[in-house]
Amino acid sequence: MADHAVSGLDARVYVEGRLDAALTAQAGQVVAVIGPNGAGKTTLLRALAGLVQMSGSVRVAGESWTEPPRLVRDRGLGYVFQDQSLFPHLTALDNVAFGPRARGVRRRDAEATARAWLDRLGVGDLSSRRPGELSGGQAQRVAIARALATRPALLLLDEPFAGLDVGVATALRLELARHLADYPGVALLVTHDAIDALTLADRVVVLDRGRVAQEGTPQDVAARPRTDHVARLVGLNVLREGEVLRSFSPRAVTVSLHRPEGSARHQWHGVVLSAAPHGDAVRLLVSGEHELLADVTPAAAGELGLAPGRQVWLSVKETAVQAYAAD
Amino acid sequence: MTTARTLGRPPLVLLVPAALAAALLVLPLVSLVLDTPWATFLDRLGSREVGEALRLTAVASGATVVACVLLGTPLAWLLARVDFRGRAVLRAAVTVPLVLPPVVAGVALVTALGRTGVLGPLLREGGVSLPYTTPAVVIAHTFVSMPFYVLSVEGAMRSAGERYDVVAATLGASRWTTFRRVTLPLAMPGVLAGAVLAWARSLGEFGATITFAGNYPGTTQTMPSLIYTTLQADPEVARTLSMILLLASVAILAALRNRWLTTP
Repeated sequence: MADHAVSGLDARVYVEGRLDAALTAQAGQVVAVIGPNGAGKTTLLRALAGLVQMSGSVRVAGESWTEPPRLVRDRGLGYVFQDQSLFPHLTALDNVAFGPRARGVRRRDAEATARAWLDRLGVGDLSSRRPGELSGGQAQRVAIARALATRPALLLLDEPFAGLDVGVATALRLELARHLADYPGVALLVTHDAIDALTLADRVVVLDRGRVAQEGTPQDVAARPRTDHVARLVGLNVLREGEVLRSFSPRAVTVSLHRPEGSARHQWHGVVLSAAPHGDAVRLLVSGEHELLADVTPAAAGELGLAPGRQVWLSVKETAVQAYAAD
Repeated sequence: MTTARTLGRPPLVLLVPAALAAALLVLPLVSLVLDTPWATFLDRLGSREVGEALRLTAVASGATVVACVLLGTPLAWLLARVDFRGRAVLRAAVTVPLVLPPVVAGVALVTALGRTGVLGPLLREGGVSLPYTTPAVVIAHTFVSMPFYVLSVEGAMRSAGERYDVVAATLGASRWTTFRRVTLPLAMPGVLAGAVLAWARSLGEFGATITFAGNYPGTTQTMPSLIYTTLQADPEVARTLSMILLLASVAILAALRNRWLTTP
């Protein structure tokens, strides 16, 4: 067995009807798990935590969590839930001290540990507040501190930035990147956001309908997406032609009302489904043989009357298309 | 409410029965207050018989609440948190005493714990005789009060959700630690409301007690039993005693108002 299986995570998770995925990661790595809703991302985390029935095997830091099956409380894990799930009747300090105390650390020591973690997450001055008195961003910081305070071998983060204001999420993302860099165990980060995957992760696992659709470095996955979902996440159009995938940027797409002249092989007819501002452009979603994104200038959008329902032709130059094997 | 006013007058077909219902509920209590011989109220309150009955009622209802909390809380937790065969049946069985006529409850208790009851020989061997003793009063009270407590606490534990139990487990907490530090504190409003309900039920308990424990002054005669006995001989005293219990009940209601009655 390879080294990483001993010091990191080596899992094969099968959940009836929902998930069939193999996953390995080395200690210290951050793995982003992305995919559309219902792809099995949260199921994967819950299965690793022991919260859903699964078959297969999970090894963390050289120890099996599945043979014999280990109780949730005996797995050394930290779980940051989407809704934080801070204990509402405990102060921030008691929330963070809960884990160490439950593991038998004396109250005073557990509180010292908790205080240190709250300080590291920048919420040390809020230690005596209850969750109801914290903002979403503050609560998420406390939740992360609580998960890290038990020094878990496996850290599971389920959309930690969901529901936060953009500015708050950005600040927290930067800080989390710092803490994850120091974190010696394996971190699994479920996210909806391409930015999370690109800025926080060493590796990206793309789940689609319960299976691993793609795996690789964030750069590789972003440049050569294999699923529509990831293509959308990173803002690329991806077309599959047999064993070949072709991707191109929405900016490279030319929109016209009539069939383009010339030999352009890449042209499609379709109906505008939506038009929305995107940076300083207008991003169109056009539905025809494929669903494609196209960016046009606001001026062009007005001139061509590109409102939903409009019939348009899309074309793209061969030189703007990147082709790669689907393998 | 202004919106209600713009919708028109309340129709008589609703107003008349509503007034009758209100009268039915309020009139007897008002009569009781008016008819209470207040001049002798304090004297009666100080009599030995009343003192003993009051003391016994306080002891029995207090002990009942303690028994409900100590035994009922784990039962509520079991019903709310543990998936086992027969859970639905057990929950139904727990609620039966709620609707059981108290006299039937008394007969059931005699059948189980009486001298010739199912557990009678066992108890006799242990040198225990329950019927017609103060412990029998507490058992009868607990039997009729426990369902109120268990349902209240189970409901609170369910509505607090298993979510936090899961969080506690991921943090390494055992189930006992989770119960102590998470489940119970979160269910505390239900525990308090359940305890008050159980206490109120115990305070008024009569049928099961008189059937199973009898009506002996000093050992098993609680306030309701005394009132019942006195009513035959001296209705005026009965009214005084009733007034005392009424005041106690109203005090409970006032205590409950904020915690329980106003929450939907």
